[in-house]
Amino acid sequence: MSNCRSAFLLPICLLLFSIPFVHAESKGGTPPAVSRTVLKNGLSVILVEENKAPVVTFQVWYKVGSRNERIGKTGLSHLLEHMMFKGTSLHGKGEFSRIVAKNGGTENAFTGNDYTAYFENFAANQIDLSLELESDRMQNLLIDPTEFGLEMEVVKEERRSRTDDDPYSSLVETLYATAFLVHPYHNPIIGWMDDINDLSRDDAYQHYKQYYQPNNATVVIAGDFKSETLLPKVVALFEKIPQGVNPNPKMPIEPPQRGERRAIVKREAQLPYIFMGFHTPNYKNPDTYPLSVLAGILSSGKSSRLYKALVYQQQLALDAGGQYEDLTTDPDLFYFYGTPRPGVSLEAVEAALNAEIKRLQADKVTDTELTKVQNQIEASFVFGADSNFARAMQIGRAETVGAGYDYVTHYVENIRKVTADDIQRVAQEYLIEDQKSVGMLIPKPKKEF
Amino acid sequence: MRFYACLLIFLFISVESQPAFAEIKPKQIVMKNGLTILLIEQHSLPIVSVEALIKSGSVDDPFDRAGVANLTASLLDEGTQKRSSTQIAEEIDFIGASLGASADLDYTSVNLRVLKKDIERGFDLLSDLLLNPLFDVKEMERVRRLILGSILSGKDDPTTIASLAFDNIVFGNHPYKNPVIGLEESVQKIGRDDIVSFYQNHYLPKNTLFSIVGDVTEKEAVALVKKYFSEWKNVSPKPVLARNIASPTIQPKKTELIEKDLTQTTVLIGHLGISRKNPDFYPVIVMNYILGGGGFSSRLLTHIRDNKGLVYSAYSSFDANRQPGAFEISLQTKASNTNEAISATLQEINQILKDGVTETELMEAKAYLIGSFPLRLETTGKLAGLLSKVGFHELGLAYFSDYPKYIEKVTREDILRVAKTYLRPDQMTLVVVGNLAEAKVKELP
Repeated sequence: MSNCRSAFLLPICLLLFSIPFVHAESKGGTPPAVSRTVLKNGLSVILVEENKAPVVTFQVWYKVGSRNERIGKTGLSHLLEHMMFKGTSLHGKGEFSRIVAKNGGTENAFTGNDYTAYFENFAANQIDLSLELESDRMQNLLIDPTEFGLEMEVVKEERRSRTDDDPYSSLVETLYATAFLVHPYHNPIIGWMDDINDLSRDDAYQHYKQYYQPNNATVVIAGDFKSETLLPKVVALFEKIPQGVNPNPKMPIEPPQRGERRAIVKREAQLPYIFMGFHTPNYKNPDTYPLSVLAGILSSGKSSRLYKALVYQQQLALDAGGQYEDLTTDPDLFYFYGTPRPGVSLEAVEAALNAEIKRLQADKVTDTELTKVQNQIEASFVFGADSNFARAMQIGRAETVGAGYDYVTHYVENIRKVTADDIQRVAQEYLIEDQKSVGMLIPKPKKEF
Repeated sequence: MRFYACLLIFLFISVESQPAFAEIKPKQIVMKNGLTILLIEQHSLPIVSVEALIKSGSVDDPFDRAGVANLTASLLDEGTQKRSSTQIAEEIDFIGASLGASADLDYTSVNLRVLKKDIERGFDLLSDLLLNPLFDVKEMERVRRLILGSILSGKDDPTTIASLAFDNIVFGNHPYKNPVIGLEESVQKIGRDDIVSFYQNHYLPKNTLFSIVGDVTEKEAVALVKKYFSEWKNVSPKPVLARNIASPTIQPKKTELIEKDLTQTTVLIGHLGISRKNPDFYPVIVMNYILGGGGFSSRLLTHIRDNKGLVYSAYSSFDANRQPGAFEISLQTKASNTNEAISATLQEINQILKDGVTETELMEAKAYLIGSFPLRLETTGKLAGLLSKVGFHELGLAYFSDYPKYIEKVTREDILRVAKTYLRPDQMTLVVVGNLAEAKVKELP
């Protein structure tokens, strides 16, 4: 999940976060040249040479997100992301976007639980601009109090349209707050409305000083360039930024869940909705690969189990799916969702989802099913290589959450090793009632005026 | 989950194109049965993207049967004479490909993305879907219920509600007033006969363009199309519709306020715009970019978002279709700020009408539109999509190298002239969805 500076970017984020993050040597494709360099000040620089089109993507990922916030100050990372466009000692308010646009670039930023990232996409000959602008705002941000006040209003509008006025997002927000009691995945990335109101300019500036350090960031550049000419330019502009103190925030430890939890949201809506999550390990546990394949078995394509059972055969749901989050700093949820068809109850959809989980625990998936999902993951890697932006996203995210770009490079071969036994075992181990939180959206009749 | 509306927004801001890619020269091959192939070879990755574009869409829906084009497209992969719905899904998924059909206002597209090694299978499936759909009644009823469910869930989305009302006013009796998906009443009325006759009249080789991009040579592409599509004949009870639908005309302005219990209001302001063939298309695109066409530096975002903090998103668009589409400004704001946001928007329109744009604004807009062109062509899928629109609107095979010239030619005088021609503050339709008691919307001046 991710919040963006602009609604225009939302689809990109969601698409990218919903495809498997894969990247490896493709059969028939030329393996991209990937190199990682750590500068003297601790900044990681990853260069991915891909000369198939004269374009380039620059991204800088900071290891800070809603995970680094506490109740009372939630939404701080995201609001700071907005402020990063409001001026430095070198470039005034709005200049950043204007300079990028008039050089034919597109730019934006997004905040997640575990990261805040900024990017520009350019024709290949404009990459120097990114280096200049991003090295500037890594160290020289000014946060003007008036601008801060205005941007807070913009973010409140963002929250209203994304969450407060959207029944489905409201339910998801409530479910995460139920599944995580003390770990900050409890909080929405955009922040609770009352917290946003209470954020101050000094909070944002302090957050910037604490987390926007070269040693807490990764630069990823993918596209049409030569590393031997580009790397010295990166070094020249970024290495002079002084290394900061490593931010090492204490993370509250989530107590083990001991029993199913339920959350209900009642509000005006046309259709009910169910969203349920199970605590699962992340990339740090080798079970991450069978869990990823399991998610594919459940919802990758129209032949996947949930679509076939709930939408096609039993005709209970308008849509249904299951998704696993592997590239997160701390363990997150494996979640299921479904929208009942008009006239079908939430309970019927919940029972059908549970029946599919039981089936996975009782019987092994077939060889054909397993091979199909492995093929899908491998193909989506090759398709993903078509876009520098998508490729840089995978690497940037893997580096930032601590998995390293190797996770991405070896992903397909690890997925190929998964067996039907593994899938049955992880279904039995993690998709269990005591680890489950169930959220239900129950429509209320329209308010009379 | 529920992100379809967002995808639509994204399409709106994909601005028109430009150079640096002057070397992109599509080839055009017309087959014996009239099927046109547009081809761009790209051999750096083992991928092929195909967009099959049938030049008929929801604009061709029969009167009072809005949704036929969409239901027809939705049924293509739900069973053919050779494969059941389930078999089709299994085969596509097994090779990690994607294959799906969707209708739009003017056309229907079937998109295939496949690894090079599976290209035979991909074409076999594409051909089966296009040539042999069964339109089985059971599948039709099932898909109809899914579509009705989507229409119902659209009632939770203020932008969908506002667009429906807005299009209904702005397009008068023209079929562009209807959403592609259809209306609750019309979708219920569609019979199998409607689907079969839409298919027979429109899904014809001479009414179809194949845009093929990726790791395939001209020889291979032609051989594949011959092998899988030479059986496709131009037989039809009636000839392809001559498209004699009269263009939409400017309708009297109207204000429509729709009550919904929300914290924000969703506001749409606008009127009829231009067609893609309008000779002023390029100056209009440049003007709209400056006014509110997507970039963070547009006048609307600068003044309404950055300087006033009233909105998170606000943009203007000209939906230039085969016939004139809408010019609309869309924004969402806290209910009590509605009037302030509307009047700030109108002020921007009046400003551009009165003084046009500055030399700097013009220069920067052109630089963006020209300089960002290569980004629009990065992937095979994006390129196949753009190429088939180039074919559909008959923009010419030199489009990829000519586009910068069209943009470069635009002057400040052009912008002032097209602003005065295509922005009509006295004819603005206004739609507001939200908490009306709090919004207290004033009539437009």
